[in-house]
Amino acid sequence: MAFSTTLTVNGVTRTIELDDPRVTLLDLLRERLDLTGTKKGCDRGQCGACTVIVDGRRINSCLALAISHEGADVLTIEGVARGDRLHPVQEAFIAHDGLQCGFCTPGQIMSAIGLIKEGQAGDDPERVREAMSGNLCRCGAYKGITEAVLEAQRMLEAQSRKEVA
Amino acid sequence: MKPFDYVRPATIAEAVAAASDPGAVYLAAGTNLLDLMKGGVSLPNRLVDITHLPGLDDIEDLPDGGVRIGALVHNAELAHDRDFARRFPAVAEALLSGASAQLRNAATVGGNLLQRTRCPYFYDVASACNKRDPGAGCDARGGDNRLHAILGWSENCIATHPSDFCVPLVALDAVVEIEGKAGRREIPLEMFHLLPGDTPQRESMLAPGELIVAVRLPAQAAQFAAHARYLKVRERTSYAFAVVSAAVALRVENATIKDARLALGGVALKPWRAREAEQILRGVRAEASNFHGAAEAALAAAKPSGDNAFKIELARRIVVRALTLAAAVAPERVPALPASPFAAASGAAAHA
Repeated sequence: MAFSTTLTVNGVTRTIELDDPRVTLLDLLRERLDLTGTKKGCDRGQCGACTVIVDGRRINSCLALAISHEGADVLTIEGVARGDRLHPVQEAFIAHDGLQCGFCTPGQIMSAIGLIKEGQAGDDPERVREAMSGNLCRCGAYKGITEAVLEAQRMLEAQSRKEVA
Repeated sequence: MKPFDYVRPATIAEAVAAASDPGAVYLAAGTNLLDLMKGGVSLPNRLVDITHLPGLDDIEDLPDGGVRIGALVHNAELAHDRDFARRFPAVAEALLSGASAQLRNAATVGGNLLQRTRCPYFYDVASACNKRDPGAGCDARGGDNRLHAILGWSENCIATHPSDFCVPLVALDAVVEIEGKAGRREIPLEMFHLLPGDTPQRESMLAPGELIVAVRLPAQAAQFAAHARYLKVRERTSYAFAVVSAAVALRVENATIKDARLALGGVALKPWRAREAEQILRGVRAEASNFHGAAEAALAAAKPSGDNAFKIELARRIVVRALTLAAAVAPERVPALPASPFAAASGAAAHA
């Protein structure tokens, strides 16, 4: 039985034919839409490498069935920069060495964007660390990651203040 | 993953009909179910996707002062609902102490109640497990069992229920609203999960096809708001299941405990309400010397199921610590490290 599902991915609405309901959102992005920026780490919801933002909330795309997310609005790492201009979170990760091998980085960045949007952590590094604990970094770049999240949050706040003014 | 049929019902009645057949299961967020299916632990023939059903995602204040939480409300949404967190701080703290931010954004209230044990022998399909394969035996007995049950276990199964959320809910007399072929019924959450006995494969009171539609907290549960905490010992600071946890809710007047609620997590195959301990606490002064007696009573029936005698003493200490934290002035918001024993004993945030 074939299934058809319609999703908005990085602002583009796509209708995808699925031959099997077992396809996860992660596999749909990587294997069917060639959006390989989202990484498959553990594939069991433990490492966070597959983090994407669905309807404004960061989730593990490996534990989401694509077919169940009919109509969803999905943002992946490929959709965060504006042309050649990096997203402030991407810039902050570079500035603070928030990565080494880079495999977990798309998930870290999507998670950080979600965290900042949630607005629960404030400028408390402990709250940032707790809220980023679903993203493992085997290289151990956690110190830089925490600094990058706090810095990006400050940049985004300043940006939105400027826009309001 | 084994192939399955996927159905997306438009109404609760259609969902119940589709899920009543053998081999059919409900799909909400799938954060536990898909993991189990990938590991070959769950092998459903049909997934009944309830995520598009209307009317199951509201947090609703009831006229009598209680609150009704729809089965599809996400964990994070509930924990960050300011009004809910203010009235039921121990529930918010328990929610935020569980899993990761990503999982809390996806996971649902109904799914949390129905999540399966994290016993590694249940997850490893090469191991014997009476819950997964009735009659096969239990490799956790005599295996690596330092995190297993100390209360209510049987020779057939020594697993624990992994939920944080359910622990304060049981302490606060939450009720589960269920829809089935015969219509709607309600079960106190305390009665909802079953101890293993001779049938560890039976995990809840749900009959085939029955669907959790909501969880309700009674008005009385909000009377504990000033002195309610959840405390959880885990083997790393964040993103881990409880070794032992405790939800405490007190009503204190003039330093005397007028009413007390206590439930333990990580100790049994269900959230463990400690009613004898509650009885001891009623009418006594809210001070450490009285908390030790309550802790003794709460663990009076405990016995190790393996290499886990330490959990009995750990649970006593967690009860005393949770009572001490609850008796103090409650923090204005959930601490930076929710439910962490590493937070300051005053209950204030460690990094405010």
